[in-house]
Amino acid sequence: MKDILIMLLSTFGAMFILSSSIGLLRKPDVYLRISVTAKASTLGISLILVSAALFFNDYSVTTRAVAIILFVFLTISIGGHLLARAAYITKTPIWKGTKTDDLQGQYDAVTHKLYSEKHHSAIKPEKSENNI
Amino acid sequence: MTKSLFLTNLILAIIWVMATGTLTEENFIFGFFIGFGILWIITFKKEERKYFSGIPKWFGFGVFILLEIIKANFQALKESFYPKSKLEPGIVKVPLDAKTDIEISILSNIISLTPGTLIMDVSDDKKVIYVHVMHLLNKDKFINDIKQKFEKPLLELMR
Repeated sequence: MKDILIMLLSTFGAMFILSSSIGLLRKPDVYLRISVTAKASTLGISLILVSAALFFNDYSVTTRAVAIILFVFLTISIGGHLLARAAYITKTPIWKGTKTDDLQGQYDAVTHKLYSEKHHSAIKPEKSENNI
Repeated sequence: MTKSLFLTNLILAIIWVMATGTLTEENFIFGFFIGFGILWIITFKKEERKYFSGIPKWFGFGVFILLEIIKANFQALKESFYPKSKLEPGIVKVPLDAKTDIEISILSNIISLTPGTLIMDVSDDKKVIYVHVMHLLNKDKFINDIKQKFEKPLLELMR
């Protein structure tokens, strides 16, 4: 019973990580790629860690697995947010199929201060063709 | 007030573990529930009473977020194989009701981990956040969804 559970958990974890890497190849621009990888890899890593904790069945391994899961959840979303912000400020091209872009021109070109009201600055990523 | 009650509850759980002499997760959680019951019996003040509805609500919120994350991952699994013609990405401005730094950071972390969304940035005056959405069908509906589903229960818990 426990063996089957371990098998299921690690298989699903590997599948999520595989799907995130396929998404990384298939998505057309950097923001979509971040969005796909950030999510699928969090659950993938945590499922593999849970299956490792079940396999060893040891108090010290379990506490470490829980700590790693907690920090992965905290850091991956923050990492995705920072990557997206840096990509936008350096004017990485955005996919041409993007419907609305409220962030266009909202960053100050020099100080990188972000305005909440309408602002007009030079930071506007151009629309690109498929796959950059 | 809630904080000190939570600490008392933890101390009661540790005392229970020490008294029974077995340090396992189940015993600690059992001790926590016993402490919860004892505190429930001995508190009378109204502001202290808030703690007892708070803990189950936090627990429920945690389960809800966990389910949303799992749903997000299955959606991401599906979306990895979508053709490009089905994608409708967009960057949306979402006005915030959350005021303090901790509220905004928890909210943005939750939004990042839920289906098809990614936080781009929080404006410097903390009034709006910019969210990148993978399937933007209706802008107003999306903003309303985020506010009703995540922000409202979170603010109810934090305040």
